[in-house]
Amino acid sequence: MKLNQLTIKQAGQMLAKKEITSVDLTKACLKRIKEVDGKIKACLTVCEKEALAEAKKADEKIKNDETGELLGIPYLAKDNIMTRGVKTTAASKILENYIAPYDATIIKRLKQAGAVLLGKTNLDEFAHGASTENSAYGTTHNPWDLSRVPGGSSGGSGAAVAADMCLFALGTDTGGSIRCPASFCGITGLKPTYGRSSRFGLIAMTSSTDVPGPLTKTVEDAAIVLSVIAGVDKNDATTVDKIPLTHFAKGGSLKGLTIGLPKEYFIEGTDKGVTEAMEKAIEDFKKLGAKFKQVSLPHTKYGVPVYYIITPSEISSNLARFDGIKYGLSIQDDDRAKADLMSIYTKSRGKGFGPEAKRRIMLGTYALSAGYFEAYYLQAQKVRTKIKQEMDKVLETVDCLLTPTEPHAAFKIGEQSNDPLKMYLEDIFVTGASLAGLPAISIPCGFDKNLPVGLQLIGKRFDEATLFRVGSSYEKATEWHLKKAEI
Amino acid sequence: MNLSKDEIQHIAKLARLELTGEELEKYGGQLSAVLNYIDQLKEVDVKGVEPTAQITGQENVLRGDEIKNWDEKEIEAALADAPEREGRFIKVKRVIE
Repeated sequence: MKLNQLTIKQAGQMLAKKEITSVDLTKACLKRIKEVDGKIKACLTVCEKEALAEAKKADEKIKNDETGELLGIPYLAKDNIMTRGVKTTAASKILENYIAPYDATIIKRLKQAGAVLLGKTNLDEFAHGASTENSAYGTTHNPWDLSRVPGGSSGGSGAAVAADMCLFALGTDTGGSIRCPASFCGITGLKPTYGRSSRFGLIAMTSSTDVPGPLTKTVEDAAIVLSVIAGVDKNDATTVDKIPLTHFAKGGSLKGLTIGLPKEYFIEGTDKGVTEAMEKAIEDFKKLGAKFKQVSLPHTKYGVPVYYIITPSEISSNLARFDGIKYGLSIQDDDRAKADLMSIYTKSRGKGFGPEAKRRIMLGTYALSAGYFEAYYLQAQKVRTKIKQEMDKVLETVDCLLTPTEPHAAFKIGEQSNDPLKMYLEDIFVTGASLAGLPAISIPCGFDKNLPVGLQLIGKRFDEATLFRVGSSYEKATEWHLKKAEI
Repeated sequence: MNLSKDEIQHIAKLARLELTGEELEKYGGQLSAVLNYIDQLKEVDVKGVEPTAQITGQENVLRGDEIKNWDEKEIEAALADAPEREGRFIKVKRVIE
């Protein structure tokens, strides 16, 4: 096995035993990026020199018998996460030359843990999308089939992990943006509970649902990364100092555990290959000792419409900061006399934002404008309360929920990009957990015509531990996660 | 619902976006389609339901009103990202005539 193919757990053990160095690992990842990223286009920035310097530092620490599960482990971060001194573009032209002046809290925590930042990954501009086709710097290609999307918006991170360009990657999930690419790329993706990991230093999209999390090769690796990035942060008032994370990602029996199957997530319109993979997964879970219970979440169908009011509304507010004054693209009229403040705003924003960002800013501006606020935004927030209450109530009767992550495997590049509404419906199974602030994880559960399919586990608020326990048992029993794409 | 070109133009102005004629037309149709889809929310009975403000139930997280010095190098890096500056200040066009 090549070093870049290792899991965090495996690499960590080899580093601790001094069988390999962080420089070896980092070089193997950088080599892999050079080999395959011309085809996949997962990375927007690669920091070779800085990464090797960090790796050397990690090796020094290991030599001095310092330990840590992420010490010396190379990773990639989605490019909407601030990385001090490194370009951070959010895949937008408006931030083409923007150098982050400080580190996001999660990056700071990873630095302190000795993890090695290899570079930044592609995404849909400002994380608006489910395919990475909305990136201003071109689409990322799915390692399993280069003519298909990797999912999104954390598509660069998903493709990079699936192609072994790194040992793990960071993503952000607002309404499925970690889980969708995990499903399409055949890897593990965890959306933590809202407030579990700090949003400070994320380029804000939807502040009420944004949460950063890991994309990894195993469930156990996701637990390792979460344990480092989680925790209260004084710079993000929504983070909580709840029950410390306990690791259950060890596999084993699921006796005594009840998993809910919400009937609204097993619907017509889901591809046959996905349905079959789910049926097989349910049988596998039963063999592990889990019991199943049919449950109902009747408001599920309102998840997408609620999401597409709340999200554009918060986006129109959060993206107001890109004004051509403080940072980013600034366009002035050539005739300086005509270049007033208003024209700098409208021209910089008109040129700097891509079509989907503009569409969402417009939709949100409309939904929040006088006369429409109550009919759209307030109504959506009330329906959101119903979705939350309903999910909480059902989760009182079971340990977690099992659903497909996506209704189908990865689609062709260009297939859906002309119809924004159709693209929004990609989010049908993933918005619920986001709106309710619940933790959810996507795990590989088979293939449909040689393309990966993912299952989703949704847990109780702050109960990632159950997801790790259930997920790792399944993973160890089925080994879908060991399948690799040939590039 | 169908948004008129004037309405789209008005929203663009509120959003501080300069749009081309082609964009105005395209977004008009797309926004109308999305809004029609979203209209189904009106059928949900929300009588007596509070709107969600914070999903994990946090309330009024307060901190002391104290000045904290930020890292000097980070301040300089932040200022360096501004398109026009003068010393420690970011230059802005005249707001009041």
